[in-house]
Amino acid sequence: MNWTWFHRLASPPHVYTLAARLTPWFAWPAALCIAAGLWGGLVLAPPDYQQGDGFRIIYVHAPSAWMSLMVYVTMASAAAIGLIWRMKVAHAVAASCAPIGASFTFAALVTGALWGQPMWGTYWEWDPRLTSELVLLFLYLGYIGLRAGIEDPQRADRASAVLAVVGVVNVPIIHYSVTWWNSLHQAPSVMRLGKPQMPAAMLVPLLLMLLGFTLLFIALLLTRLRGEVLARERAASWIREVVRT
Amino acid sequence: MNHREGNVAQPLAALDAPVPVDIATIATPRREASALAAVRLVLLRDLRLAFRKRSQLVQPLAFFAMVTLLFPLAISPELARLRELAPGVVWVGALLGSLLALEFLFRDDAHDGTLEQYALSGQSLTALMFAKTLAHWLLTGLPLALMAPLAAVSLGVPAAALPGILLAVAVGSVTLSLIGSIGAALTLGIKRSGALLSLLTLPLSLPVLIFGARATQLAIQGASFLAPLELLGALAVLGLTLAPLAAAAAVRISLE
Repeated sequence: MNWTWFHRLASPPHVYTLAARLTPWFAWPAALCIAAGLWGGLVLAPPDYQQGDGFRIIYVHAPSAWMSLMVYVTMASAAAIGLIWRMKVAHAVAASCAPIGASFTFAALVTGALWGQPMWGTYWEWDPRLTSELVLLFLYLGYIGLRAGIEDPQRADRASAVLAVVGVVNVPIIHYSVTWWNSLHQAPSVMRLGKPQMPAAMLVPLLLMLLGFTLLFIALLLTRLRGEVLARERAASWIREVVRT
Repeated sequence: MNHREGNVAQPLAALDAPVPVDIATIATPRREASALAAVRLVLLRDLRLAFRKRSQLVQPLAFFAMVTLLFPLAISPELARLRELAPGVVWVGALLGSLLALEFLFRDDAHDGTLEQYALSGQSLTALMFAKTLAHWLLTGLPLALMAPLAAVSLGVPAAALPGILLAVAVGSVTLSLIGSIGAALTLGIKRSGALLSLLTLPLSLPVLIFGARATQLAIQGASFLAPLELLGALAVLGLTLAPLAAAAAVRISLE
């Protein structure tokens, strides 16, 4: 097997141009999926028989919550790759993931609170999934804080990578301990194999939104990665050739 | 040079006594100490240094007592109500007390180059980190565990629950020290790292807080607290296997 494509990923100029070329291929499908999903979810889907129209916030809430975890895992994987193979670009990927993940986590928390007001009668309920989401936000903030706190960029990369790996080991432990601690939230109703409890008119837009958010994440990641690579390589000569103003 | 020896009252001879771990003994290829011997030496050295600075040892305990005092003043002096809050008070106090002591875990050793010597000694840095963490637990976790029953009594907890509380804090604080060692190693070299250190370690400590407070609550109710205690033990074992590795990696990164 030819591995040159993989080795070329270690070269910042290559990654920069590749990211620039790939971004539209993810950004446009993301826009289409999200537009279709929102229209399907907010207009076409029937109101829920118990929650009325209030359930529609799930079309933003569930994909955000899903992304908040997926971004963390992506970040930790990139960090581990950077730590093990000392790949600078992998650290740049991890660094670009953190603010995106923190934003998704924040969005999941806010939409969860907005949903909780009519459903539970309170904005904040110490429910296990909201609580673990909040802890996840603190994990992101800790990661960003550590990265910002260390001045030497290479040390910042490697130290925050250790933190991300430690965090990803802890995320399931935190999640299950919090679940064990208190359970009020409705049981997950999307991914039941066999018989999903949701009718197709509700489920299809949700899946579209999930796909759209994933694509959106990739597009955002590629864009941030370009900025990150530029900032890191600001002294390099290739930048003058690639970036024409 | 001698900034470790804060206690001026000590005779000069004691101050000038060789710092207990002789790096040369660990590192010389001719007489290479086994990993176990190195662990023992580092452990004894840390304990000895700590006992030369007793005021620092007492700080987390005084802090714990102070936090316990705040709750009756802030909420109500009724023992019945305080008893309900006791698990939370004891655990938040222990968690913060252990966090407070973390700053001292590596700071002096990083300042005077001891950590670098450890990294260069040819011994497994993981084992040495384990030794340092063990010393930290003996100096803060264990005293906090011994202190927890006192705090609990002041909150109206029946005497029958005290052994359970002691046990839970003792087991739980092992994990707290281990998680803390990672956080302290990661924040090495950052000025004013206190707030960042708590932001890094507190989210990771939540499972300990949850299971520990649950065990304490069950002990106060007179029920069997074995299940959460076993989970605390499981967390401690997991931490013992993985945390020194991560702490050693973090220390190496800080020395790069």
